[in-house]
Amino acid sequence: MNALSTPLGDEVLTLRAGDRVTLSGMIYTARDEAHLRMQEAGIPFDPEGAAVYHCGPVVKDGTIIAAGPTTSARMNELSGFLLDAGVRALIGKGGMGDTVREQLRGRGVYLAFTGGCAALAASRMTLKGVFYEDLGMPEAVWAIECRELPLTVAIDAEGGDLFRDVRLASEKIFDEMF
Amino acid sequence: MPGLTDQKSLRTAVAQATLQALREAEIHLPDDVKQALERAYAAEDNPVARSELEAIRENIRMAESRNVPLCQDTGVPVVYITIPPDVPFTDAIREGVEDGVRQATAEIPLRPNVVSPCTRENTGTNCGMGMPAVHCTPGEAFTLTVLPKGAGSENVSALRMFLPSETRAIKRFITETVLRAGGKPCPPVILGIGIGSTADGAAALAKEALLTPLGEMNPLEQEIYDAVNALGIGPMGLGGKTTCLGVRIREGGCHTASLPVALNVQCWAARRATVEVNYP
Repeated sequence: MNALSTPLGDEVLTLRAGDRVTLSGMIYTARDEAHLRMQEAGIPFDPEGAAVYHCGPVVKDGTIIAAGPTTSARMNELSGFLLDAGVRALIGKGGMGDTVREQLRGRGVYLAFTGGCAALAASRMTLKGVFYEDLGMPEAVWAIECRELPLTVAIDAEGGDLFRDVRLASEKIFDEMF
Repeated sequence: MPGLTDQKSLRTAVAQATLQALREAEIHLPDDVKQALERAYAAEDNPVARSELEAIRENIRMAESRNVPLCQDTGVPVVYITIPPDVPFTDAIREGVEDGVRQATAEIPLRPNVVSPCTRENTGTNCGMGMPAVHCTPGEAFTLTVLPKGAGSENVSALRMFLPSETRAIKRFITETVLRAGGKPCPPVILGIGIGSTADGAAALAKEALLTPLGEMNPLEQEIYDAVNALGIGPMGLGGKTTCLGVRIREGGCHTASLPVALNVQCWAARRATVEVNYP
């Protein structure tokens, strides 16, 4: 298993779809509203080598209580500017579209975190700060330090895409079934 | 007509039951769901699928030992109440549920998920604009069941109005909906299916079907279960044998010219809890 830590560099380019990795260091949460604001107002953290986590956590008294991933596909058309700015990893669940797969080529990876595993995630996270708190708890950008988050490489920097492979195989099975 | 004191104590009793049920549901998975996940883990040989299920197992343990919600999408609660004849069916019941949800949101805590549909303004309490949904039926005991439901799985739910001659198309419709959903609803999923009634009734039946614990399935449930699992979508859509942990169907009588079919997709974090309301 590969142990990654942020800021990420060219080491992400050698990862392949289906690899298991752990990620440590700072990550930043962002959902739909945060992406829209960052596009307009600029990225509030250093994007070089950063990891952006599609997540709306439960936070109480400065502590991350629960922080599993949200559906990444909602951010399909909102991620290009982050990768252009140097972001190296997108983390979420459910996979991302063809546009993102091409945008990641030669630059970064999409890492799948097991959906619903919010207590597991929180047990390995420390809250470090927040941007855009006015967007509300789920939509704010939370700066989180994480320790060995277990992830699966779902889209790699060479266009390998585990979600797409599984989908194409499932579609074939469906067509044979009906 | 019950007096003001009765109304107040009824409201308090329902609020306490709502808080208690939500605390149980958000932190502890029902045993039937845990057992189904264990069986799935034992059956998987695909390494990615195994590691996804391993994360789920560790997450279940972490939520219990840390006393925190299983999933950050603590959902929106759907509440089912049975009311015995000696309990007054009044506004105090609905108000009690809202009190309990507000308390649970602050104390457990829950993520405030309820927003105005068009302005997207968050109420901050998980109440407001008709939320939470409360369904009351007469019953022998005064019980309250919560079914908190996240959006990832709810968003891929579907309704289709078939022709009466199309009963054989139901399996295809369900399987196709799960195929299109892929990893989005956090598989392995549980499928609640409502067949019959009216368009709105079928949607309600589909969600109510999720109240039945996992266990032996009838022939149509089994057929749909086998078809969906044959797709190979696997845990989280990353491939594997387990796409679905179980299928539950509820039927309702319908118009002779109609065949409504609704699917309510439930993620693996199939949260539900029932408590007795302590009243009077």
